[in-house]
Parts: sequence; C-alpha cells; structure tokens
Amino acid sequence: MKFAIIEFPGSNCDHDAYHAAKHVLGQQAAFVWHKDTGLAGADAVVLPGGFSYGDYLRTGAIARFSPVMETVRQFAAEGGPVIGICNGFQVLLEAGLLEGALLRNRRLKFLCQHVHVRVEQTDTPFTGGAQVGQVLSLPIAHGEGSYHTTAETLASLEANRQVIFRYCSQDGAMQDAANPNGSLAAVAGICNPERNVVGLMPHPERACESALGSEDGRVVLESVVAAVAA
Amino acid sequence: MDPATIEAHGLTADEYQKVLDILGREPTLTELGIFSVMWSEHCSYKSSRVHLKRLPTEGPRVVQGPGENAGAVDIGDGLAAVFKIESHNHPSFIEPYQGAATGVGGIIRDIFTMGARPIALLNSLRFGALDDPATRRLVDGVVAGIAGYGNSIGIPTVGGEVDFDPSYAGNPLVNVFCLGVAKADQLAKGLASGAGNPVYYVGAKTGRDGIHGATMASAEFDENSAENRPAVQVGDPFMEKLLLEACLEVMKSDALVGIQDMGAAGLTCSTCEMGARGDAGIEIDVSLVPQRETGMNAYEIMLSESQERMLLVAQKGREAEVEAIFEKWDLHAARIGEVTGDGLLRVKHAGEVVAEIPNRPLADQAPLYNRQTSRPEYLDDVQRLDESALDPSPDLGRVWLDLLCAPSIASRRWIYRQYDHMVRTNTIALPGLGAAVVRVKGTDRALAFSVDGNGRYCYLDPLEGGRLAVAEAARNVACAGAQPIGATNCLNFGNPERPEIMWQFAQAVDGIADACGALGIPITGGNVSLYNETEGQAIHPTPVLGVVGVIDDASRVLNRVFPAADLDIVLLGEATGGLGGSEYLKRMHRLVRGRPAPVDLDRERALQTLLVELVAEGLIGSAHDCAEGGVAITLAECCIDSGVGAVVDLPPVGSQDGLMATRALFGEAPTRVVVSALPGTRDQLLSKARAAGVPAAVIGRTGGARVTIGVADEIVADVGLDDAEQAWSLGLTRHFERAAS
Repeated sequence: MKFAIIEFPGSNCDHDAYHAAKHVLGQQAAFVWHKDTGLAGADAVVLPGGFSYGDYLRTGAIARFSPVMETVRQFAAEGGPVIGICNGFQVLLEAGLLEGALLRNRRLKFLCQHVHVRVEQTDTPFTGGAQVGQVLSLPIAHGEGSYHTTAETLASLEANRQVIFRYCSQDGAMQDAANPNGSLAAVAGICNPERNVVGLMPHPERACESALGSEDGRVVLESVVAAVAA
Repeated sequence: MDPATIEAHGLTADEYQKVLDILGREPTLTELGIFSVMWSEHCSYKSSRVHLKRLPTEGPRVVQGPGENAGAVDIGDGLAAVFKIESHNHPSFIEPYQGAATGVGGIIRDIFTMGARPIALLNSLRFGALDDPATRRLVDGVVAGIAGYGNSIGIPTVGGEVDFDPSYAGNPLVNVFCLGVAKADQLAKGLASGAGNPVYYVGAKTGRDGIHGATMASAEFDENSAENRPAVQVGDPFMEKLLLEACLEVMKSDALVGIQDMGAAGLTCSTCEMGARGDAGIEIDVSLVPQRETGMNAYEIMLSESQERMLLVAQKGREAEVEAIFEKWDLHAARIGEVTGDGLLRVKHAGEVVAEIPNRPLADQAPLYNRQTSRPEYLDDVQRLDESALDPSPDLGRVWLDLLCAPSIASRRWIYRQYDHMVRTNTIALPGLGAAVVRVKGTDRALAFSVDGNGRYCYLDPLEGGRLAVAEAARNVACAGAQPIGATNCLNFGNPERPEIMWQFAQAVDGIADACGALGIPITGGNVSLYNETEGQAIHPTPVLGVVGVIDDASRVLNRVFPAADLDIVLLGEATGGLGGSEYLKRMHRLVRGRPAPVDLDRERALQTLLVELVAEGLIGSAHDCAEGGVAITLAECCIDSGVGAVVDLPPVGSQDGLMATRALFGEAPTRVVVSALPGTRDQLLSKARAAGVPAAVIGRTGGARVTIGVADEIVADVGLDDAEQAWSLGLTRHFERAAS
C-alpha cells in the first residue's frame, strides 16, 4: 500500500513517518507538499508531527488552510484512513475533522519521554491489529498536548467509543501520575464518528524499531496496512 | 574622525592607525563600523589566534579543518560529519530565552551552510549556585530557549552537560554543539568568486536588533549591562527551518557558488569573509536588502545581527533556478549585488558608495596580539591541600547520598525531557545514560559525541584541566564503543587583557593540544569566548571539548546501564592521587583546593583503544567512566538506571589514614572505567586488558536491591537502590518543581 505524508512548512516528523512506512514496514510512501491538491494515489494519509508555520498562533491553526487540506477532507469523507500524529492531531482538530482542543501541558513545559498508552478501541483502521487493553510504550514530544473539550463532547466521545488511546501506567491502570500533560479523561488519541480519522499525541512512528527503544508503535501502522489490504 | 567615536567603536589608537593605512584615508562612519565588528575579539580572535595555532588540526580523517563555518571529518561510506561548538554566553545572561535560542539557531546555520543536514544538538551549560533565585530564572530561561528553538526546527538535542558554581553567577555559559552529515566530496564553501555572479540575500528581514552584538560579546559586564537588551536578537526557528530546507535543496544544484550565514557582525562579516576566501570583491546595495524597519541607514544595515539570514553567490545565468527553490519555501531571494574582480567590499546605499574597503586586509590583517601572560598569584595557595587536616566523614553512605543529590551530579532529566531528543528517529542512546549516540541512516554506523569540561580543575590547574577535558570527552565516546576521530572546542575565559587570564588561556590550550596530539584527535574548529567577567570577577577558566566518535556497527553501541544481575564488575584503570579538586571536597568540606589527579595520556589512549575493542567483540555489557564524585557515583549511576544493585570491594587509596576509604570512593582519578563482563567473558576480558597494558580488576558483582561498597573487605557504604534513586532524581528537580511528577 501507499502512504501519503503531508509536508507543511515546519513539519519535522515527515521524514520519520516516511522512514517507518517505507524502510521499516516496507510499504510505499510519498511526500505530498501542502500546496498540492492530489494525494499521489495513496491509500492512507499521515499528517506528521512538527511545528507547522512555527505554531506561533495556535498549533495547527494556519496549516488547516493549506490547499492540501481540502483534498484530505474529501479523502476522509470518502472513508479513506487518515492519521494525525502530534502536530498532525492538532491540525485535524483545527480543521474540524476531529473534536476538541489541545492546551499547554499542565506543568507548562515541553515534554519528551516514553509514556504508556492503553488501546481502548480496535475498530479503527489504525488499531485493528491491536487488542483492547493492550499497553503500548510510545514517546511523546510536545508542549501543547493536554486534550480538552466540553463535558457534552466528552460524553458523546465516550458514548460513541471515540476515545482510542488513553495514558496509563505500565500495567494499564489509569493514574493521574501516568497522565503526562493533564489531558481530560487521560485522552491520548481519538477518532471521528466514522472511525476512519484518528489523531493522537504520542509518536508511533518513533517506536517502530528496537534500536530506538520500542517497537510498540508498529501495530498502529501495520493495522492500516492490513485494513487497506482487506 | 573624532577620538570619542573611535573609542565608542572599541578600536584602539593603533588599530585606528591600521585602518588609516589600509584605506589610505579617513574612514566613513559605515566603514568605521565595519572595521569595528570585523576586528572585535569575537570575530577576529585577535587575542587568541597566536595560541590556537598550537592545536593539532590535521589527521587522515580531516576533510575540513579550522577556517570554514564548521569542521568536518570522514566517517566512511563517503560521508563526513560536520560539527562545531559555539558560545552564546553574553546574550544568554542578558536575555536567557532568546540568548540561548539564537545560540542554537546560529550553530545550526554554521552546519547547514556547509551543505550538511544537521542531525544532533548538544549543549554545555554553566550557572551559579541553584539556591540563588536569579540563577534558577536563568536556568529556566536558557533551557526553555534551547528547547524552543531545537524542538521547533526538528533537530534533536541528544545530550550535554551542566554544572553549577558561584563563579558563573554573573556570567553563565551557554555553549551549543551541532553536528550534521554531508557527502564528503560535496561540502559547500563560504566563498565568493566569478566576477558578475549574482549575490543573494535570503531569509528574515533586517532590523535594528543586535547592532554591535559582536562588540558587546567582546566586553566585560557591569551594572548597566541590562541596558544592552536591545542588542540581543530574537530567534525565529520556523524561518530557519524554511531556510535550512531551501538551502539544502539549492546546494544539490551546481548553480550555487558559495554560501554563508549571517551570524555575528551580520552582512559585514558574510560579505567580507566570502570575498576574502574567494579572493574576490563584492559590491552590494544595502537599499535592496529586505528591511523590517523604516529609515535604516547603511551603517545599521551592515551591522545588524538580525537572525535567520543567509548570503549566497549563484552562477550567473542560473538565477531563475535558485529563485524558484526559495519561492517554493515561501522565501524571497533578494539580489543585492554581484561579485567583482577588484577585491573590494563596496557598499552602496541607493546607488551612492558609502564604504569601499579591500576585502583581504579587512579579513586577514585583523590585529593580532600576543598578550602578556603571568601565572596568577592565587594558584600557590589553592593548589595546597593538606588532606590530613580534613575531618573524615563518619558515614560514607550519607556522603554518597548527599553527592548523588548534588546539582553537579544529580539526574538531568528535568532538563533533557524539555528537549525533543528523538525527532529524526536516529537517537539510539537516550540522554542521561552516557555519550549521545545517533545512527547514520543508510549505513551500519553510528556517531557518538560528548561535550565535557571541568572549570574547577582548570581553575586549580589550567594545563591539567585542558588535558582532562579532552581525555574525559574522548573516554565517554569510547565507552559507547566509538573511536574518537575529531574534536571541537569552546574556550570560555575572562578578560584577556589581564595577564593572569591570558596565562590560564595559554596553559589550557597547551593542555588541549597535548592531549589531542597524544590521543590522535584533531581539532577541526571551535570558538573562543573571552571577557566572561562581571565587575572584575572572572569565571573559572572553562574550556569545553566536544569529541566525535564513530562506531562501525551501530547495533553494538553500549551505555552505562548494568544489563543484568550476576555479572562480574570490572574496574579498568587504577585509582591514583587524592581528593584535590574533587566534588567531594567542594560539597562536603566547602573547599575548592588541591590539584586534580593528572592524566597519563599513554594510559588513557590504551584504555580507550581497549574499550573500543571490547565493545566491538561483544565482551562487555556496559561501560561508564569515573568522573565527578568518583567510582562510588559511577557505580550508583550504573545501578540506578538498571534497577540492579551491586556489591563491590575497592582497594584503599593513598596513605594509611582516616581518608583511605574516602579517596577510594570519591577520588576523581581519571582513566578509569567501570564495565560489566557478559557471562563467560571475564577471563578473556582480563587477558585482553593485560595485553593492552591496562590495569583491570574484578571488583564485585551485580545483583540485589542495594549498592554496597567495601574497602579492603570492610563495608564502608551501603545504600538501598530506592534511596539512591530518590536522592539522584530529585537533586535538580527539587529546585524547580514543588512536587515532582
């Protein structure tokens, strides 16, 4: 299958996603410049991490106006799998493809460390190969990753099982100490009601090789490979 | 020109006479400004050049030595590692966030200007004591600034070092190291050639920020220094990210002739140096320079140190190709002039010539001072240490915990977790576990680096301190299994016009030259930061060495963590000397005294060669050198990171007095490394060590939940891993967070 990796000015995890898709998973991958309006015939879209447009305004607030985003919106509307990682998640929220917002981390510091996240739902293209309750060790690297939304939206996300990943302890328990950024309901990742658009703050593409300390992120990318093949 | 104006530009009477000789007439104000920044200490190295010549700069792997924007060494597979370290001390004191951020931005530009893709950042920081709120504010701002720039641009900050001492209270040190990888035969050069070739300006617009930054960095601080705040620039990592990508794309095309960033002294330095290197003239019209303020005159435009700007020379006739690449990245390449054949730097303002200076003399005939040196009087006193007068500490276990909690030793996690140290997915050694290691994608190799320097050692003995800094940085790299192949240095000292400071400088350079020569590690570039004084009080002399090593098989890379229980622990090297200059003496007895234990460079070389072999042959499971806090701290760190305890027994050190055990635990003799032998490899390891002439002794075994140290079969310190970890992990954090998360 083929991954399209969208490059905004200021994206900086684009090469990491490309490397994971192409050299670790052995799939095809293509960079798509944000001014383009095609997706190079890709089967899945990755909005990578970084600091699009420097994130001087609000994270992702300018990137959502890039020409390519209309194409991504259409691709998603047709059921195509789309994943936003870190800044990509922020862009998806700003673009209205996912609900909620990401605030400054609760201690107001950028945090780069491995965390544990629990897979909450497996009926998305990005978690189909995982088990419910499976604990993944994934890195985070963000300053604005504290998920927030209204009580009503949270209730509807929960009711529709749209919370896909939650921060947890090593053994899968929900603990405040295991929530690195103060996210509401320990939300690390969510999906849209149609379940084909997923956004998450942790970086699965940084955890695909044992040399980097964890291979737990592979299941996210391998799931979509399997979903596209099915 | 009136004497007050000349003096305000930091030029001496002799220097001004030289200006008159070169021009054959009085300079214009713009010309005076140009000479002033080009001949500042910061740009001309006028006090240090005479000494820097003694550093070894050649070797079979050197692709680019000093003189370009950064040095480069061959790492195999047709690739070169391009690296340099630079200081941003003065700006960081005045405005910690922006000072540190623009320091990061500056060194990154030096690396990609060479045509290399930057893949790693490190930093070396010095601050005053942490109980001072002003220091905590500086630490917070500097760390946030480094994080803010590096994280945004997407270059991982993979390691570094930090120390705290009152001597840095009024003069913190912020040294930043960057490394990139390029094709060895395709390095870009900062030169202008080919009369008629267009000169382009790309990047951020020019403002009035940072005018005379280079001059500021060449003066001492006084109580009015805060008024210099407008001379500190503001960084824009997003702009630099665009520049980085666009410039690397332009460099792939042969339409580019030369390129240079505008760092200190901005447009002045880049035009003059590019012209001088290419033996060409450059003519520019500053009214064509993109400006973000109105009414700027030629003087201001030439001297502005606005960040994120590049100057490049393209092939005539290929303009459209170059311009198109910048347009793709939403950057506008402004054509501001052209290369000429007359060797002059000619600056016009709206067509009118405002400066006309011969390039070569401006760059090459900068003043050169062999300043007076004299051995400081304080040395005789501080080098005297009567250990018999020290009260032995009754409970070495408590001392051990106290040292683990010392800001100089404790876990640096509070700092490094603010840095994105994983972006680009090359980081195969996470921070805090030894040397930083990044793999080189597309090859089996990895690069290891370490930045080290001990200002206390250099204060007590600058010659030995210089040697020790090289030895330690190289040893750290060797502990990862990498062969040290090149180094860069950042020399942070006080006011060179004081003979005592100049003596420290000369001695430290001798020490570095000595060690680099003996260990076969060429210096390929670096930076000198002088005038690190506030109200006449100089910092500890602090040379910082950044050593780069290469390991052929990245899968073999080691860190310091004991990999399992029931492994033999082997100490390579021997304890010598006493407690002089030690962290123990400073923390427990409030003494900065004695002489640091000297390094035997032949032994050091044998040890490092052995380490590289042991890792390559897979005989050891971890390696960690002995540094501040001695072997006791080394062992604790190996255990804390792994959650595996250890029981060891050490030989006593020194004369038979109440300090035998203290010296064994906390003495800081160099050339020692604690390794763990993998099951069944002990005898082979010991015989290889014997053959290499490296003393080696099995000192204990891993296992349990405590770290227990005996000396001559008597237990002298025994702490639980939990207690050790708590002390170590809170040592720094407790100063910044009420409740650690």
